[in-house]
Amino acid sequence: MVTLEIDGQKVEVEEGTTVLQAARKLGIEIPTLCYNEAIQPYGACRLCVVEVIMGNVSRFQSSCSLPVADGMTVKTNSESVLRGRKVLLELYLARCPQSKEVKELCERYGVTETRFKTFDKMEDCVLCGLCVRVCDEVVGAHAIDFVGRGTERRVDVPFERLWDKCLACGACTYVCPTGHIQNEGRRIGQLRRNLGTERKCRYMLMGAVSSKICPNNYECWRCEYDQRTEYQLGNHPALALKTTGKK
Amino acid sequence: MEGVMTSRSGVLESLRAEGVKSISPDCSKITVGMATCGIAQGARGIFAAIEEEVAASKLDIAVESTACIGFCQVEPIVEVYLPGKSRTLYQQMTPDKSRELVAATARGEVKKEWALCTVEGTAEGIPAMKEIPFYKKQLKVVTRNCGFISPRSIAEYIARDGYLALSKALGMKSDEVIDEMSHSGLRGRGGAGFPTGKKWSFARNAPGDQKYVICNGDEGDPGAYMDRAVMEGDPFAVLEGLTIAAYAIGSSQGFLYTREEYPLAREMMDNAIESAKKYGLLGKNILGSGFDFDVRITKGAGSFVCGEETALIASIEGKLPNPLPRPPYPAISGLFGKPTVINNVETLATVPQIIRNGADWFSSMGTESTKGTKIFSLVGKINNNGLVEVPMGISLREIVFDIGGGIPKGRKFKAVQSGGPSGGLIPEECLDTPVDYEHLEALGAIMGSGGMIVADDKTCMVDMTKFFFDFLNYESCGKCAPCREGIRQAHDILEDICSGEGKEEDLETLGELAHTVKDFSLCALGGTAPNSLLTTLRYFKDEYYAHIKDKRCPAGVCKKLITYHVDPEKCSGCRVCIKVCPQGAISGELKKVHLIDQEKCIKCGACLEACKLDAIIVE
Repeated sequence: MVTLEIDGQKVEVEEGTTVLQAARKLGIEIPTLCYNEAIQPYGACRLCVVEVIMGNVSRFQSSCSLPVADGMTVKTNSESVLRGRKVLLELYLARCPQSKEVKELCERYGVTETRFKTFDKMEDCVLCGLCVRVCDEVVGAHAIDFVGRGTERRVDVPFERLWDKCLACGACTYVCPTGHIQNEGRRIGQLRRNLGTERKCRYMLMGAVSSKICPNNYECWRCEYDQRTEYQLGNHPALALKTTGKK
Repeated sequence: MEGVMTSRSGVLESLRAEGVKSISPDCSKITVGMATCGIAQGARGIFAAIEEEVAASKLDIAVESTACIGFCQVEPIVEVYLPGKSRTLYQQMTPDKSRELVAATARGEVKKEWALCTVEGTAEGIPAMKEIPFYKKQLKVVTRNCGFISPRSIAEYIARDGYLALSKALGMKSDEVIDEMSHSGLRGRGGAGFPTGKKWSFARNAPGDQKYVICNGDEGDPGAYMDRAVMEGDPFAVLEGLTIAAYAIGSSQGFLYTREEYPLAREMMDNAIESAKKYGLLGKNILGSGFDFDVRITKGAGSFVCGEETALIASIEGKLPNPLPRPPYPAISGLFGKPTVINNVETLATVPQIIRNGADWFSSMGTESTKGTKIFSLVGKINNNGLVEVPMGISLREIVFDIGGGIPKGRKFKAVQSGGPSGGLIPEECLDTPVDYEHLEALGAIMGSGGMIVADDKTCMVDMTKFFFDFLNYESCGKCAPCREGIRQAHDILEDICSGEGKEEDLETLGELAHTVKDFSLCALGGTAPNSLLTTLRYFKDEYYAHIKDKRCPAGVCKKLITYHVDPEKCSGCRVCIKVCPQGAISGELKKVHLIDQEKCIKCGACLEACKLDAIIVE
C-alpha cells in the first residue's frame, strides 16, 4: 500500500494505482477527455495535469498516467493548474466550438469564451485517440489510426477507405466523447451492399458469441442479439468482455 | 582468456603501426576536408583536381580525405603534410589553387599566402593552430580526431589511441565502468543533461535478460550539425562508446538511429561497423572477453520529434513516433518494453576518453555542475561560423566575439539563440554568463544539443520567434493538445503582430499561452517550445510594443510594417536599383533622384542590396 496526499487529504491506495484513480477514490474531480478505464492511459488531452511535489521538486504531470508513490503531494486545483487548465479549455473551445462535451467542460471550469481563432467551425474531433486505442487494444482489429502530424493530425482508415479489418463493432463510436467517429454505420452499410457467402456476425468477430452467421442481411435492428447485448452487459460488448476478462 | 586477449591485441598492435604510417607517411600527403560542409563548398572538385595532378606528374604524394575540422567558414580546407617539416591547413581552396599547391608540395614548399595555420611542426610566416583566434580558446576533446584522421580507417583511429578504452573497460567489472562514468560527472549532451552514469545504472539494475542501447543521431535542430560532424569525422569513437555502454548495462544489441538526410554520416557509421566486425571489435566474443554485441543502423523518417527518446523508440518499433508519458522511463521499459539506454552521439563519443583517461581527468574540465566540453555549432550573423568545442564555463561573449570573431559588416550584436528552435534568445547584457546547463536555464534558454544562432541588429526578434514557432508548428507530432493547438495559436498571434494587426492584450495572451504549453505538454518538444517566446517577451518587449503600438518594425524586417524610400541626398541617379527591381516599381532618369512607387513595391530588398551609396532607406 502507498500513502499520498491529494489536496490536503491523505489517502492509502494499492501500489500501481494512478494518481487519477486515487483522486477519484477521494471524490476529487479531475477533468479528462482521453481517459477510459478499459484502455491504457495515453496522456494526450492534458486536462488531467496536476501539480506533483516529490521532495523539493514540483512538476506538472498527467494524473492518468502517473503511478502513485509514497510521500507524494498532489495539488489538483492549485492556482497554476487552474490557470493552465483554463487556457487549455480555451484552446479546445477554439478547436471544437460546436462540441457539446467541450462546451460542458468549459462551463464547469468557468470558461465562457475563447480568445483564440477557430479554423474549422464544424470540427468535432478532439484527437483524444480513444477510438484508435479501443480498436487496437480492446478489439484487436487496428482498423483505424492517426494520419498526418501536428495540426494536420486526424483519425482515419487507410487510404480513406473502410476495409475488412473493421468489424463494424462500433466500439470506436461508443467511446468517442464527441460523436465524431461514425465508422460503425458506414461499415455495416458496406457489408450489407456486398453480401457474400461469409456473413460473419460482428459479435462473433468480437468474440461475444461463439459462432453466428447473420441471418438478417446485416440489418442489426432486426437482430434480437444486437438489441439486448448492450442492455444486458451495461457496456459496449467489446469493453464489457475486456473488463470482465471473458475474452 | 588472457591468451586470447593477447593474440587479439596483436591484431590491434599491427593495426596501430599501420595507422601511424598512414597518418604520417614517408612521402608528402595532401588531405581534403570532405565532410558534408566541405562537399557543399566544392571539396569533391578539389579532390579530383589534386588526384589528377598527382597522377599526371607521377608524383610521390598520398592523397586522402578527412572530415570537418570545424572552421566551416573557410571551407574547402586542404591539409598538406610534409614529412619532417610541417602539417599545414590551407583555407578557401579552389581546383586551380590546389593544382598549384600540389606543385609546391612536390617541391617541399608551403604556400604561405593561402595558409590558415599549422597543425604540427612550424612553417615560417604561418601561425600555429593554437595561435589563431578561432582555435585559441577551443578545447578539442570529442572532436580531437575530426579532420585529423581518415574516418574510414580503423587503423588511423587505433593509432590515435582508439579502442584502448574498450579493452580497458572489458577488463573492468560493469559496475566499475558505471562508477567511472558517474564519477566523471558526464551529463547527456542531447539537451536534457541527465547524468549518464545514473542512466546506465538504472538500466543495469532494471530486471530483464534482454536490454538495448541506442545511439540517438536524430539531430533535427535547424542550423545544428554537431552529431553529423562527429559521425562523419570520428565514427569509431561513437561505436566504441556505444559498445562500452552496452557492456556496462549488459546489452547485446544496439541501434544507431540517424536521419535520412545524413547519407554521409550513415555511410561512415556503416563502414565503421563493418571494420569493427572484421577485427573482432564488434560481434561475438569481442576482444576475447566473451562479450557479444552487435549494432544495427535505423534510418529516421524525417521528423523532428523522433529525437525525443520515447518517440525514437516507437519509430524503431515501426510505430507512429508519438512520445509516451513518463514514467516508465526507457531505462526501465524502453524498446520492445525492455530496459533501454538512449545516449546522444556526442555523449557516446566522450565515453571512450573518460574510460581511457579516467574520470578525474574529465571532471577537471568545466564547472561545478557541468563537467567536460561541449560542441556548439556557431551559425547566423557571425564572422567565423563553424563547429566549436569549448570547455564548459566559458562565457557566451568569448564564444561569439573571440572564437566567432563578432558580427559581420560591422553590425551590432543583438541576441544569441542557444539550444535551437526550443532554446531562448539571450541579449547582449547576459553575454558574460558562463555556459553550463544551470546558467543557461536561468536565462530562460537551454543548452539543447548545441545549436547557437547569432542575430544582429537587422534581425527582428518578433519575426525570429515567429520563424521558430512556424518550425515547431510544423514539427509538433500533434498528440497532445497544448503543443498542437497552443503552438498554432501562438504562431497566428505572432503573425498578426508582424503584419501590424497586433493588439496590446495579445502580449498577455501570448504569455499565458507560453506558460500553458510549457507546463502542460506531454514531452520536451512542447515543454521547451515556448522558450524563444518567453525570452523575447522578457528581454525584447520593446520590439513587441513597437510592432503593436507604433506599427513599426525597428529592425526593418516585417514587410507589412516597412516602406522603402530613396534618400534624395545620397541618390546619384545611377539606375542600378531600377534594373534590379523585379516589379518595375522604381522610376527616374539618369543622374536624377529616383522614386519608388509604394503601390508596386513588394519590399523584396533587391534595391537595398544593389545600391552602393546606401541611398535606399527602410522605415
